[in-house]
Amino acid sequence: MTAIRLRINGAAVAEEVPPRSSLADFLRERRNLTGTHLGCEHGVCGACTVFIDGEPARSCLMLAVACDERDVETIEGFAGDAVIDTLRRNFHRHHALQCGFCTPGMLITARDLILRGQAGSERQIRDGLSGNICRCTGYTNIVTAIAEAAKETSDAR
Amino acid sequence: MKAAPVDYVRPRSLTEAIDLLARTPGEARVIAGGQSLVAMMNLRLASPGLLIDIARLPELVAVSEDTDALILGACVTHAAIEDGKVADASRGLMPRVAASLAYRAIRTRGTIGGSLALSDPAAEWPAVLTALGAEVVICGPAGRRSLKCLEFTTGIFETRLASDEIIEGVRIPKLSANARWGYLKFCRKSGEFANSLAVAVADLGRGHSRVVLGAANGPPLVLDDTSRLVLEGGRGELRGAVASDVDRAADRCFDEYQHALHTVAATRAVQQVLQ
Repeated sequence: MTAIRLRINGAAVAEEVPPRSSLADFLRERRNLTGTHLGCEHGVCGACTVFIDGEPARSCLMLAVACDERDVETIEGFAGDAVIDTLRRNFHRHHALQCGFCTPGMLITARDLILRGQAGSERQIRDGLSGNICRCTGYTNIVTAIAEAAKETSDAR
Repeated sequence: MKAAPVDYVRPRSLTEAIDLLARTPGEARVIAGGQSLVAMMNLRLASPGLLIDIARLPELVAVSEDTDALILGACVTHAAIEDGKVADASRGLMPRVAASLAYRAIRTRGTIGGSLALSDPAAEWPAVLTALGAEVVICGPAGRRSLKCLEFTTGIFETRLASDEIIEGVRIPKLSANARWGYLKFCRKSGEFANSLAVAVADLGRGHSRVVLGAANGPPLVLDDTSRLVLEGGRGELRGAVASDVDRAADRCFDEYQHALHTVAATRAVQQVLQ
């Protein structure tokens, strides 16, 4: 076991973790943050995407021990975040989720796309979402919701 | 699946990392971004006994330059290159390549040195750095040495990196102001590994021109006739030169489809240079 100290959704956390544990397993099983979903566990599906030090990352490809002294934000940590609020509203309005398994990863990836100004066109959004798989194949509504959210966000600025 | 049990250590310096690696022969694996290694561990294709985490070593995230080259630390991420957070010696080629590499959530953690060390045949950096004439700077118990990227990758996931060595950085020659490049990646879905990858660099001021194919069933494949044709300003029949270069690489065992794909990719990359 290795001792780590990190911030999760703004709160300081100190824990002992086995080095083989992924950040995703640590979040879900030790911190009870089950909004981070695990699909493929090898970096392809995008369901487990979280923010690490402000950048999106796969929590299945990040060892929890390597997150020592880092700042992790999961889907549970965005209460009051204007971009996530706008995305949630548009995902609801445009029916951008069916089973909901991919949704946390979609929201986190979409937030990053909007904040980096990479959600200006359908092509850009589809490119940016290529690392997030929706096995219900509901991409059309997801792309529409993100495009609307990006427009609302830029109008509000 | 989950990774097998493993020990983990985060050394404070490159010297300490090299000492650790020397003391645990055959057991330790160096981990940087971990975007391939952790996936391989999760699939149990790799089960090292010890991980030596070098991702945050200050020496390896450093960027420096001299008069004719830029030196990127091995642990500079693809995203840092994409975003222009580090200097660019390639007049836009490397940021363009970085943006086409995997997905953003991979690029934020994956590193240029890790990509070279693994040398996946379909990876972008081995081919692109070969085309740029870059060198790999390597550190080991015996000190530091440099190898041309062209010589570094020797096969599919095979390199000249010894088991007790760590890549320290990449030395990238600065392209002249009038240098040109072309880049084409064929894949079925944005962010996937390439089915074909072609890079053409023409820096006539420095007398350098090189056209390279990636995803070519082996190490990056340099197209000699095509490179010469570019150096001579594109006189001669381009598609013929590319096809004969691809034909000559009989050891790569391209099937008809791969042959056609590589020929088209290289031709289009060179056309971008000659435009």
